[in-house]
Amino acid sequence: MSVNDPRLLYELAEQPTVADGGEIAEGGSPWRIVLRTFAQNRLAVAGAVLIVALVLFSFLGPLIYHTNQFEDNILITNQAPSGAHWLGTDQSGFDILGRLMAGGKSSLEVGIAVGLVSTIFGLIYGAISGYFGGVLDSVLMRIVDVGLAIPIVFLFIFMAEIFKPDLTLLIVLLTVFSWLVPARLVRGEALTLRTREYVQAVKGMGGGSWRIIVNHLIPNTIGTIMVTVTFQVADAILTLALLQYLGFGLPPTVPTWGGMLSDGTNYLQDGYWWEVYPALIIIVLAVVAFNFVGDALQDAFDVRLQEK
Amino acid sequence: MTAALEISNLSTEIKLSRSTVHAVGNVGLTINAGETLGLVGESGSGKSMLGLSVLGLLPNGGHITGGSIKIEGQELVGLPEKELRKLRGDRVAMIFQDSLSSLNPTKTIGQQVAEPVRLHRDVTQREAMERVLEVLDLVGLPKPKERLADFPHQLSGGLRQRVMIAIALACDPRVLLADEPTTALDVTIQAQILRLLDDLEQRLGMATLLVTHDMGVVAGRANRINVMYAGRIVESAPTELLFSSMRHPYTQALLGSIPRLEQDNTKRLLSIPGLPPDLTNPPTGCRFAARCRFATEQCLQQEPPLTGDAQHAFACWNPVDGPAELTESVAHATRAPVQAARAGLGDSPSITISGPGVTQNGIKPLLEIVNVVREYPITAGFLRRQVNSVKAVSDVTLTIHSGESFGLVGESGCGKTSLGKLIVGIEKPDSGHIRLAGEDVFSYRGTKLRKARRDLQMMFQDPFGSLDPRMRVNAILQEPLQIQNIGSQRERDEKVRGILDDVGLPAAALERYPHEFSGGQRQRVALARALMLEPKVMVADEPVSALDVSIRSQVLNLMKRLQIERDMASVVISHDLAVVKYLADRIGVMYLGKLVELGSGDDIYARPAHPYTQALIKTIPVPDPAVEKAKTEVGIRGELPSPIDPPSGCRFRTRCPLAQQICSEVEPPLRRFGGEHLAACHFPLQTPEPDAESSLTTAG
Repeated sequence: MSVNDPRLLYELAEQPTVADGGEIAEGGSPWRIVLRTFAQNRLAVAGAVLIVALVLFSFLGPLIYHTNQFEDNILITNQAPSGAHWLGTDQSGFDILGRLMAGGKSSLEVGIAVGLVSTIFGLIYGAISGYFGGVLDSVLMRIVDVGLAIPIVFLFIFMAEIFKPDLTLLIVLLTVFSWLVPARLVRGEALTLRTREYVQAVKGMGGGSWRIIVNHLIPNTIGTIMVTVTFQVADAILTLALLQYLGFGLPPTVPTWGGMLSDGTNYLQDGYWWEVYPALIIIVLAVVAFNFVGDALQDAFDVRLQEK
Repeated sequence: MTAALEISNLSTEIKLSRSTVHAVGNVGLTINAGETLGLVGESGSGKSMLGLSVLGLLPNGGHITGGSIKIEGQELVGLPEKELRKLRGDRVAMIFQDSLSSLNPTKTIGQQVAEPVRLHRDVTQREAMERVLEVLDLVGLPKPKERLADFPHQLSGGLRQRVMIAIALACDPRVLLADEPTTALDVTIQAQILRLLDDLEQRLGMATLLVTHDMGVVAGRANRINVMYAGRIVESAPTELLFSSMRHPYTQALLGSIPRLEQDNTKRLLSIPGLPPDLTNPPTGCRFAARCRFATEQCLQQEPPLTGDAQHAFACWNPVDGPAELTESVAHATRAPVQAARAGLGDSPSITISGPGVTQNGIKPLLEIVNVVREYPITAGFLRRQVNSVKAVSDVTLTIHSGESFGLVGESGCGKTSLGKLIVGIEKPDSGHIRLAGEDVFSYRGTKLRKARRDLQMMFQDPFGSLDPRMRVNAILQEPLQIQNIGSQRERDEKVRGILDDVGLPAAALERYPHEFSGGQRQRVALARALMLEPKVMVADEPVSALDVSIRSQVLNLMKRLQIERDMASVVISHDLAVVKYLADRIGVMYLGKLVELGSGDDIYARPAHPYTQALIKTIPVPDPAVEKAKTEVGIRGELPSPIDPPSGCRFRTRCPLAQQICSEVEPPLRRFGGEHLAACHFPLQTPEPDAESSLTTAG
């Protein structure tokens, strides 16, 4: 056969077994890639396990380890750890382990609620600001600047003089000051995303601003969002602990980690270590766990970007 | 005599977290002093890794697994880092691709050129500076003394690349590695830099390894060419021999897939199906076998060794003999644009023959761009006052008929992309009109505007940036229909599947995300999306410039076929005149926001009237050694002036060899040179029609 007969060349070329464009490599969805990178990070897996353990501890723990966290019992104050009270009791006779569980419930509730709500609000705010730009962006971002300039712990101390908030009100108050950072981050990202060709393509098809923001900008900031949420949760837990420690925030009757720490430090001189360290360690563990996960998510999403 | 650079049996690997890339396998090459060896290959062929192996600058995880690299007889493989460091920048030097990221933005160019001299030569500050001036002068940097204290951002791209070359030459290297030295530059600048490299090599007697993906770049200046594919050298021959009688099917296909200016654009380009193999898991047998038209069972089983004589070696079991002929037509009938316009007239009752905007032959154009101006404001100071503006598009008027394919060509920064965006309404003109079938569509609001947008769609340049990474292809293709509220879900699904098939992608593509596709496949998706709304005009902005050479022809053939099948008008924007000429019936040449010449492909190529067009044609590297080596002059001098302060009168006058007093005072009008051939020049290279001027001013 003469390989140089051009007709033959084309006949051979014209019998594709696959489509013209060729096969498509199997790469998995973006989520799967993120998950894979995430799973390779040992600290991240440790963090995730810790978070799950904390949730189980706080919400399912009380069902197994029954304690009375409503009435104080002056008969068993400041008892060292024993078979009856695994981590001892505090100044009011509350079981420490049980109180850690109850405190964990409020800490996680506040942390997760504040983290989610503030990030969602910040996301929408930032996306609008970044996408529309111009005067609107300037005004919206100056509002954020002002918010960030308010020292929130002092503000809470000041407000605590006026009223004692309950859990819901506390979540709302913390949210009011927590959405600012996510808003700023998302706005920065929206500024670059809006110039992407796929956004311009939607404009060219006749797509409106809302479609672009909801279908294109927000899904593409998901990396930032996921990372921000975890850090926001950690921040909220820490802020809550700080407020309780200082005695501002939820009423003292509500068990919280910060409150426990505050009560326990009074007896540090007496050697009642079980009233300080368990609360301290669990706060550190909770915050570190969320930070590990956040860091790993950041790396995982970065890998996605490199592969683009 | 020992060769300046001798590489034998070199293998290089790069370890990744989950796999190992076998980037270079058993590669051997020899370059003598004063010679240039061209190393040609697609991205991922291992050509850059080969260059980096020589310098010992492999990326993280990369290492040489075997073979030897000798510079003037001295072995480099296994040399300790300290010894290698002494060689780098001294006896071996490298010119990198991107001058913007390869120069340190915080140091003056004088300091940066002096750095290798200070490192390798025992010289005083003053002596180093003398050497700096010497090499800067050598690379043709104008007024080097005054530039010494400049920072890289103060220089243009072409001058920065000259500085990069000066750094490489500062210590008189014996071996110069040039990795895609001109890829980031405009064609007119590319020609200047290539000429400079040629000149330097002859004067300094270095050995040069010219790494590139562009056959045209090596054709004129390499003594010998090695073609690399998937980590292997597949063919090695003296330049003339390689172009005239290549033996490897890959070389043949690569050359046949490049559109040429002189080529008949009704013929299909030779295309190489599929993609290069994954080098983390290379196939047994010939690595090109999966894409080769001549592959046999043997090719899949056994890897062919490099055979032939020292003069012409190739690695193939079924070698070809010389270039392929392009014989197959793109479609059964070639179409004449005017006929297509007439045909479109019949089924479109809204178009009337009378009224303004009617061209000479009585056909109302589909798209009219009338005196369009677009300027991007530059603001400064606290109050964001507008201080100046970038004149992206200045007073452009042109018409496009239905079914016609129009090409826009020009250097980067000439406003061609801005004009494309104006046509599809992603940008709004500051003044002037864009009329579709006589209606000023972008003056509409709301639903009416949204509906009007259906007819004008754009295919974007960057196959990585134009598809939303978080959407599946199905969602990407459905989106235009959703926005426009067209059809029921079932009809939409059907349509998506039909178009996907049309652009040559399997139905499985629907469920995939953009990152799973190769660049060429992504461009197919982008094309499919632009076609979803069945536009009357599709604007394609640099549709193939981001793609590898072997993939380009696939996309070009596809676009050509769809243009004809769908009978839609298209505007193809590219910096590459050959691409535009292949896809377009009529071509407009832009320079600094102005349309300087307009005509059919042959008018532009064979009878250019504007000196800029002629210069552009001259500077394009042609993959033909005879043509390239015959070029005696650089087509065009200097660089593109700033679009913020364009020159007065004719904007091309600062670089024009024919410019005279009048060019700086009076802006030349477009004049007619027969038929639809127009050009704006006071001293055109063709003779204009006598009555042309008056007829045009009224039409505009």
